[in-house]
Amino acid sequence: MRKKSIWLVISLVLIAAFVFTACQPAPADEAPVAEEAEEVEEETEEEAAADGGLQIPDAEEGMFNVAVVMLSNHDDGGWSQAQWEGINYVQDNMDGVHTAYVELVAEGADSEQVFRALARKGFDLIFGGSFGYMDPMQVVAEEFPDIGFVHISGYKFDGVNFGNLFGEMEVMKYMAGMIAGSRAKADGATRVGGMATFPIPEELRLFNAYALGVAETCPDCDVDIRWIFTWHDPIVEREGADSLFDAGSHVVMTGADTPASALAAADRDGVYGITYDWIGSCTIDECLTAPYWVWGPEFIRVIEEVQAGTYPYMADYFGASGGGVGLYGLMEGQELQPGVASLPAEDLQKIQDVMALVQAGEFDRFDVFAGPIIDIDGNVIVPDGEFMTQADIDQFAPGAPGFEATYGMYWWNQNIAADLPDL
Amino acid sequence: MDLILILASGIATGTVLLYATVGEIFSERSGILNLGVEGMMLIGAMAAYRAAAATNSAWMGLLVAMLAAGLVSQIHAFITITLQADQVISGLALNFLATGISLVLGEGLTSLRDVVPQLPKFSIPGLSQIPWLGGIFFYNHSIMVYIGYLFIPLTWYFINRTRPGLHLRAVGEYPAAADTLGIRVYFTRYLYVFVGGLLAGLAGATISLSISPGWFGGLTTAGQGWIAIGLVIFAQWNPYRAAFGGFTFGALRRLVLDLQGPALIFGLSNPFHYNIHYGFFLKMIPYIFTVVFLVIGSSQANRKRIGTPAALGLPYIRGQRGL
Repeated sequence: MRKKSIWLVISLVLIAAFVFTACQPAPADEAPVAEEAEEVEEETEEEAAADGGLQIPDAEEGMFNVAVVMLSNHDDGGWSQAQWEGINYVQDNMDGVHTAYVELVAEGADSEQVFRALARKGFDLIFGGSFGYMDPMQVVAEEFPDIGFVHISGYKFDGVNFGNLFGEMEVMKYMAGMIAGSRAKADGATRVGGMATFPIPEELRLFNAYALGVAETCPDCDVDIRWIFTWHDPIVEREGADSLFDAGSHVVMTGADTPASALAAADRDGVYGITYDWIGSCTIDECLTAPYWVWGPEFIRVIEEVQAGTYPYMADYFGASGGGVGLYGLMEGQELQPGVASLPAEDLQKIQDVMALVQAGEFDRFDVFAGPIIDIDGNVIVPDGEFMTQADIDQFAPGAPGFEATYGMYWWNQNIAADLPDL
Repeated sequence: MDLILILASGIATGTVLLYATVGEIFSERSGILNLGVEGMMLIGAMAAYRAAAATNSAWMGLLVAMLAAGLVSQIHAFITITLQADQVISGLALNFLATGISLVLGEGLTSLRDVVPQLPKFSIPGLSQIPWLGGIFFYNHSIMVYIGYLFIPLTWYFINRTRPGLHLRAVGEYPAAADTLGIRVYFTRYLYVFVGGLLAGLAGATISLSISPGWFGGLTTAGQGWIAIGLVIFAQWNPYRAAFGGFTFGALRRLVLDLQGPALIFGLSNPFHYNIHYGFFLKMIPYIFTVVFLVIGSSQANRKRIGTPAALGLPYIRGQRGL
């Protein structure tokens, strides 16, 4: 009897294990309920075991309390670390504001509990730092109409107390594409690679921007794509980068968190990687650049508007000129990585000219996605002289009610050597 | 898409699973199920990175990683062997404890990237020239891969052909009988849980110092330890099959990615290019075998056939009748 039950337990644990490994931060907002239940169990125990960043923090009396809820740990070397540095920036630069963060919060039901707990503890403004927090956050926002909820990434908002915050990363990815294309052409290669995470509008947008940038500097190059279905897995990302390099990519840009693209390049001769998310991710010589997030000043802007009661809680899409996003090596006070410094002078000038326009606010996401845009099948997506709208950039057509998209983001630019993923 | 490259990549990343799985095999062969592999690997990855950064020696990192994970494994050993508590609960608890410890002690390590030395990578002269096999097994691999090649037959020989290996199996099969023969059951179990910890630490260090150098908090191991526990059953407690399972799993993971590339395979339209989700099916294959073996093993009569240690999961209480 006893042995039987042990086998039963082993089976259950194994199933849980498979679920655990299989359901890395799911992109879809309809993650199956069973999986969420498993995660809840694991997470609750974990919360009790580790440091303060895992517990629900307390609000401070008499202060304006701001919390950030993050998907992975605050020193993950990527997406969450950038947010953590942002909230620290707020703490250091604002008076009368108390900041806190909760890390390692799984998407789905788990995050709903965390948002509710923070709201009950008296936080005035809560930032949710991952795509899958979108629906849970909206649910909690309806329960607490006096508290501000701002969701980073995603596309939903209610105009009352649930807003959406994101930034013009595609401009940086576009310039990263220009760098990659120029590097490939200078070295006689005709292919660059992109490591994409999940087939969501954000990811197609960023890799389309990258491909459009590549086309600027290397018209003969194509862009190879690998879908890795994870935001953060050092081993899978490493395999994805190797797979792209082995298939002939000269430069690989990652859409995930770890610097695997650059590390894989370091093991080979004369190829390069482009990392993402965090300013500190691009350190080795084989890394060309890193498009990165700078959340601090944007958080402060939102907090000040919320305090003044003027924050609209709509789709708050900050521009690249405000410093909320950056491209490592090309921003003021930074040095070019060796692989960029040695690019042909004319290409480098072209890239720096675009950067100057971006900083002056004269080149934005609508210029990146200006027509004519032609997809892999030769269809015209955006006709010459036409522009996309914010709704097109954010979503797949037809988009949300009241925020309709005409073109949408469900297309691959003509120089991409991959098929569109099924949704 | 190049089969040699896919298999070579499977060997490289499968080595992590190999060490972790063989470690768990040692532990389970002595009768102790340790579900804390993921946590111990994380301890290993963290300790390796921290020690390598402090001493500027990857080898020192490896050593510290093994000892640290081995030490943590002794918590599980004490709870399950001396206190005779439930092994499943204790193993799960160990995971959370070890994850917490490694997150706290790993604080600040992300920014150390690139100053930490890595384990060497090289090709074996001569052997790497062999057509096919050379490119797969002996070309530009981490030294941990080559150590793995020697490690597999040695562990098999140790478990199946030596006196201490016989003692290990006896303790896992019939501890009461082993006890009457003068084998120290408690000591043996403590020892092999420790060995399991050492190897889990080694697996973790292989990630953070070689496969994907760096410390990324709790995501460094990203579920590899759980896969290893599944692979133990897939491997039927045999190191050779553990190696096969680990390498196959690594190669499948890479194959899934490479299959997305070409639009045509052998002149035919490639379904994996046009529907990337088909790849999930390939990734699932090792688990299907794991479940099949689990089902076979659920029948008492078949358990011996697939090699399940008879006393696995059962505490040994000296003087008690039966097992």
